[in-house]
Amino acid sequence: MSHCYQCGKCTAGCALAADMDYSPSYILRLLQTDDEKNYHRVLSSEAIWLCLSCENCLARCPNEVDIPKLMDYLRQKSREESCVNSQARPVVAFHNAFLDSVKYTGRLYEVGLILGFKIRTFRLVQDLKVVPSMLLKGKLNLLPESIKSRKKIQRIFSKTIDNTK
Amino acid sequence: MEIGFYPGCSLKGTSLEYNESVITLAKAFDIELVELNDWNCCGATAAHSMDRELSLSLVARILALAEQQGFEEIVVPCASCYNRLSTVQYELAQDTKLLDKIVDIIKMPYFGNVKILNVVQFIEKYVQDNLAAKVVHPFRHEVACYYGCLLVRPHKILQFDQLEDPQSMDKLMTMIGATSIDWAFKTECCGAGLSVSRTDLVGRLSGNILKDADDRGAKALVVACPMCHSNLDMRRPAINSYLNKSIDIPILYITQAIGLAIGLTPKDLGLDRHFVLINLKD
Repeated sequence: MSHCYQCGKCTAGCALAADMDYSPSYILRLLQTDDEKNYHRVLSSEAIWLCLSCENCLARCPNEVDIPKLMDYLRQKSREESCVNSQARPVVAFHNAFLDSVKYTGRLYEVGLILGFKIRTFRLVQDLKVVPSMLLKGKLNLLPESIKSRKKIQRIFSKTIDNTK
Repeated sequence: MEIGFYPGCSLKGTSLEYNESVITLAKAFDIELVELNDWNCCGATAAHSMDRELSLSLVARILALAEQQGFEEIVVPCASCYNRLSTVQYELAQDTKLLDKIVDIIKMPYFGNVKILNVVQFIEKYVQDNLAAKVVHPFRHEVACYYGCLLVRPHKILQFDQLEDPQSMDKLMTMIGATSIDWAFKTECCGAGLSVSRTDLVGRLSGNILKDADDRGAKALVVACPMCHSNLDMRRPAINSYLNKSIDIPILYITQAIGLAIGLTPKDLGLDRHFVLINLKD
């Protein structure tokens, strides 16, 4: 973090900087102040959840500051310290629904993911229009395809994310 | 000849045609892609956004399975899976303490020596040499090769092609008779994992990509990532509503474009599964 000299190339190349409450380079600046209040502002920002992990920032950083990895760290801390930005809830709901599917079947079960997302966000009608054509094109498996070692996957969850909740 | 194959979840669901076209293309070159037994999801963006050790462990199990099943090399067509597998293999090689911890979580031996190939590397290594001789219907169209994010970044780890103006797909498309155009959005992000949670943003990001390709005369976009494909294809209504015009450029996986050129049928390549119809005129 201390290697950042605020050239702003990360922000210039970020596809979503304009939609963020704090741009990538500003997040780095806030963290550089080593101030508890600023750290909290970052953890409760929407920006860390809008970040797409496209890694353009890292690709263009003259000092190779690994912002994508930093964003992962901040998201994890934000979740652990229960200060997820309210605007970012749909994004977190999507991640949770995704991981639930992986935990119980070992793979991503797309129908389950979408249902889990709808229940978490009350967006019940979203994307309904696309369902019939997806079925026609054979793109939706109605039943989950589970792997044999589900217990082993559940163990991975209980030793990691479920252990920190 | 047999090579290990990790399809990943998208290729078993919404991107079934990518799976079909990769396998069919390999077969046409006498290669059998052998699916890893009992593979799990790599965790994708959700896992690395939420919990680092979860993300590392899910991927470590996949790589350990490949080692256990005797594969020296695995083909990973999904750019997101390819990125996750490569990144985790790199991170575990850098940090023995972390490696010990992850091995203890997955309870499997792990050596970290499986070679991971993305779809373009697979084609370059096993298809390219015999490709020209097999072309029966040259793909004579102007195409924009779209690489997206995860196939080329982070360069330090993936060591694939180049960062700002990659050329590998352009070269392959030229080999089958296409004209690859020069354009500005080769490695810009399509919106990826926000497809469901923030469709509005995906409409804009993917819209900008498609508009540039259209403005510069591309007749098709060629991709190597299921997320790029579904955002540019299935999210076309959101794109068109953002652009306030209707763009009907089809999105093809590179395996489909090459498959067509060597005479495989549209059905074998899953072309009927796309939302935007492929109606390229010779």
